[in-house]
Amino acid sequence: MAAMPSFQIHPSTLKHQRFPNAPRNKLLSPNSCCPLFSLVSKASILSGTRGNGVLLNCLPPVENHADEDLGSLPPDLRKNSMPSHVAVIMDGNRRWAQMRGLPSVSGYEAGAQAFRTVVDLCCKWRITVLTVFAFSSDNWTRPKVEIDFIMELLERALRDELQQLTRKKVRVSIIGDCTRLPKPLQVLLREAEETTKNNSQLHLICALNYSGQNDILQACQNMALKVKDGLIEPEDINKFLLEKELETNCTEFPNPDLLIRTSGELRISNFFLWQLAYTELYFANSLWPDFGEDEFVEALSSFQQRERRYGGKSVS
Amino acid sequence: MESKICNLATQFFEDLKSFLRRCLFFILSVGPMPKHIAFIMDGNRRYAKKQNLEEGAGHKEGYSALMNMLRYCYEFEVKYVTVYAFSIENFKRRPEEVQSTMQLIQEKIESLIEGEYVLSQYGVRVYVIGNFELLSNSVKLAAKRAMDATADNSKAVLSICIAYTSTDEIIHAIEKTCEEKSEEFRVLDSSGAGYGLIGLRCNGKNKGKSLIDVEDIEKHMRMAVAPDPDIIIRTSGETRLSNFLLWQSASSLLYSPNELWPEIGLRHLVQAILAFQRNFSYLKMRREQN
Repeated sequence: MAAMPSFQIHPSTLKHQRFPNAPRNKLLSPNSCCPLFSLVSKASILSGTRGNGVLLNCLPPVENHADEDLGSLPPDLRKNSMPSHVAVIMDGNRRWAQMRGLPSVSGYEAGAQAFRTVVDLCCKWRITVLTVFAFSSDNWTRPKVEIDFIMELLERALRDELQQLTRKKVRVSIIGDCTRLPKPLQVLLREAEETTKNNSQLHLICALNYSGQNDILQACQNMALKVKDGLIEPEDINKFLLEKELETNCTEFPNPDLLIRTSGELRISNFFLWQLAYTELYFANSLWPDFGEDEFVEALSSFQQRERRYGGKSVS
Repeated sequence: MESKICNLATQFFEDLKSFLRRCLFFILSVGPMPKHIAFIMDGNRRYAKKQNLEEGAGHKEGYSALMNMLRYCYEFEVKYVTVYAFSIENFKRRPEEVQSTMQLIQEKIESLIEGEYVLSQYGVRVYVIGNFELLSNSVKLAAKRAMDATADNSKAVLSICIAYTSTDEIIHAIEKTCEEKSEEFRVLDSSGAGYGLIGLRCNGKNKGKSLIDVEDIEKHMRMAVAPDPDIIIRTSGETRLSNFLLWQSASSLLYSPNELWPEIGLRHLVQAILAFQRNFSYLKMRREQN
């Protein structure tokens, strides 16, 4: 495996430069490599940076969707059976970068772009809640350099995007244990939640340092305290009480209708556990940076074709 | 005379198939093998409809498929097998259907104890997992007898989930944990010793101070008799967990072949194991990279 170029934050992060477009799936699939593309992208990246390390690009400027017809669905999708709550595990950023001979951090940048596309589409198609898994408790084992970059990317994205999110009336909520995140990021996150709390278009829930088991555990601890204080008896504990204590109590649709995981991994990886009881799971083969409108439509279309019985009898 | 030859021929082919499976296991076991496989046996009713059988017949075919899968799993030295036989949500179905399914379950549990070859051959201990309060007395009795009859077996474990949902299991575990811990808290409170009941911190700094931990909840889980499943197989192409082993599925490989449950065969098990082995090496590589 080729050695990764050493990582340095380059002053050009302050410039707005368009990131090389992610190739469409048909050009580059996990099982093949397009050598011409990777040469081209390496050249464009290295050309301006002799001896200065890796060029990093900021997120490209946001396109203005204000005058698009809000609520217009593609022809493949039916309006009356759209999911209310979609959850996404944004997996595959590092593999995406590796396949192009780029450092992992470029993968995260490209992933951020895909994230913004999906948020825009959810706003456009009137999906009520979107939960994204930005960082799992299990991810702390990654190299420090990568973690620092992810934290810095989140900070930068929040600062740049808060105005846009407010304009689009997106409400931001954060779930997970934030105390381990860098202090400036914690402040920004609280500010984002506070500023957007009255927005009502799309509820964007970001799961940072979140683990499904820990969510249930902290709910259990809260209820144990209530039992100790005599507020409830152990036999009063039921699923409604538990759901009120889970971190997803910030929305009236806490349980996703559809969970999308990219990069072909067929597992939940300790993300939502309780909340996934009847969620339709969709495993997409494309890596997260390649997940665009077409892939999202395919996932939603697959969801709409499924028959959800919740244990009851089949309607057909 | 002819029937004797027929029987001999059948026996010969069965032995040959068993031998071929042993060879297959020998090859597969070069790589990592799963220790626990869970099955969501979906598609019995659709199978009956597809084959134009009467309604209960799909479940009967499903039972034969289950016996075959158990045999293959135990031959492949998969020590723990869990099956989702009846969900609490299934009680919502038509009463006649619920009744006939419960009847079938009771019959099959009884035949498991009385004559089923697979259990005794592989030393299988049976657990019936679920909310027993929702079961009729006859099913409860059959379940208890099955568990008692196989209590001395220790080579393998079969967990049959009846009147089970994961949310019910988690609530039950939390209730038991709160009962156990609230006593401790009251004692600590009254002694003035104090405690830090801070939420669990992932970096483990305050872990020692929190009196409720993941292990406390896990020990009260009904499924504590088995480790977390390595693979969860759901037939009929549906990809959802339907309230099955939610807590335990955190790292499980989810495999969903399109075939209906009665159509499941050895090849699906082999495909699932191969997928498990492919993911296992990728996970190991990621851990080494980190």
